[in-house]
Amino acid sequence: MSEAPLRILIVDDEAPARSRMRDLLADCAQALPLAVAGEAAGGRAALELLSSRPADVVLLDIRMPEMDGIEAAQHLQKLEHPPAVIFTTAYDAYAIQAFEVHAVDYLLKPIRAARLREALARARTAKPPGPGVLRELQPRARAFLSAQERGKVHLVPIGDVVYLKAELKYVTAHTAQRDYLIEESLTALEQEYAGRFVRVHRNCLVARAAVRGFERAAGEEGQWVVLLEGCNEKIAMSRRQQYIVREFSR
Amino acid sequence: MASIVNQNAYSSALPNFRNLGILLRILLIVNLAAFAAAVVKSPALRGIWNELLEISAVVEPLLILSLIVLMALNGVLSRLPYYLGITGVIALELALSALLYVAGRPLLAAELAPLERYWLLVFIVTVMLLVYFDLRGRALSPALSEARLQALQARIRPHFLFNSINAVLSLIRQDPKRAEVALEDMSDLFRVLMADNRELTPLAREVELCRQYLDLEQLRLGERLKVEWHIDKMPRDALVPPLVLQPLLENAVYHGIEPRSEPGVISIDIYSVREQVHAVLRNPYRHDGSHHAGNKMALGNIRERLQLHFDAEASLATKVSDDAYQVHIVIPYVKAESAA
Repeated sequence: MSEAPLRILIVDDEAPARSRMRDLLADCAQALPLAVAGEAAGGRAALELLSSRPADVVLLDIRMPEMDGIEAAQHLQKLEHPPAVIFTTAYDAYAIQAFEVHAVDYLLKPIRAARLREALARARTAKPPGPGVLRELQPRARAFLSAQERGKVHLVPIGDVVYLKAELKYVTAHTAQRDYLIEESLTALEQEYAGRFVRVHRNCLVARAAVRGFERAAGEEGQWVVLLEGCNEKIAMSRRQQYIVREFSR
Repeated sequence: MASIVNQNAYSSALPNFRNLGILLRILLIVNLAAFAAAVVKSPALRGIWNELLEISAVVEPLLILSLIVLMALNGVLSRLPYYLGITGVIALELALSALLYVAGRPLLAAELAPLERYWLLVFIVTVMLLVYFDLRGRALSPALSEARLQALQARIRPHFLFNSINAVLSLIRQDPKRAEVALEDMSDLFRVLMADNRELTPLAREVELCRQYLDLEQLRLGERLKVEWHIDKMPRDALVPPLVLQPLLENAVYHGIEPRSEPGVISIDIYSVREQVHAVLRNPYRHDGSHHAGNKMALGNIRERLQLHFDAEASLATKVSDDAYQVHIVIPYVKAESAA
């Protein structure tokens, strides 16, 4: 009893699967000191829970509505003390192949108690998978951006973002409510959300759906600005991107 | 005994003369033959039309009468052994042409050739058609047994199998009774999935299977899955291909319910209009462009099996609206007792 019990968070959208996991953890408890820190039905709830009740290991289901497990794992890395992640899945040929390649730990449902015990024992010392690896595992664009503020992780639904602007070290994500600082490169975001955002300037991507119109800027000759829904600011367009005006006017 | 030697144990059978697709094929082939005859008989291109009119005056009455008589006698003919059946059809055609020859002679302006000539022509065309339908039957027969295999492969979504087993495992300690029922539902479902699914099955049985499937999904998804059945006017005895609805419900759950965290409704309407059975399945849907390959595969598979069983008389249509996805199946109403 030298070590503190391993705090474990169970994340799965199906109630029976969570209850099964609780049973299995109870079976493992004799061999390995552990405590269930909580249960969450989705990635969002898991992040909220972790900000108040930290855990050492997250057992994370892959296929979940709203935010899948692989995206949730990426946001978890932004926590002050990121937990180890063990993915669980009933069947997911694509992900399993990728896990094998990158030596990411995963458990196949139905899960055996012995296999769970091994994975938990390893988790204490294992390094969390890097963001690059998780990015590669993610076949689709993420549903949320995450911003780190005073040790907490804020989730910003990508649909709320009106524009993304690169500023010195960060990217600012502007929504109707407020701005968030995102620690990612504008180029990477442009690639991930190719259909959703369009580049209007070297340092700015705007949401296609938010574009209300274009206007000639007052001062300079031939300079265009973009008018956006839910945003009083006028975004300057670079000369090179002005062909977009024509694309939208069709 | 000879049929045992046959490679894939296909036993020759007469086509179903009550099937629209078969009737259309006969009409098309006979008229093509008439057109070919017109081209052969006429030296100049301009004369083809007149020749065709003349030939049609003789061919069409016999063709229409034959189709009506064959439709009427379909039940009797299909019960005969194959060689008796084809002999019967050929004899029937010769008799009908003789009848029309005698009855129609005074009505026609042009001079008719001797009856023996028409008999020979009728004999040739009839045998040609019978050979065509036999070959077509042979060509479709392996497809039909393959459809069974495809049904099996497309149906068992591993995702569903392992998640269900996991859900049952979670019940064993807390609610053993429910675990028993769930395992029974699962074994019924897999019995059908693994059965030889070439024979048609009563609609009531398929609906029962769908219920068992949805009960299993309910176990996993709980409140998130809501099901509305509208089957009061369902013709319970209608024959349908096995697993014609269950895979569609599996799609509905996979694409419509699982990606949502809020509850969603799957509705199933089954009713009959005149001699057709309609099944309309609806589920919530949102556009995000992911996982569509699986859906297309299941739809293609069902469409193919409907065509193998009912030819042109069955259809499957899908409709996507803002927030709903709908599949509408139409199947000819074949009652369980009078199954051909």
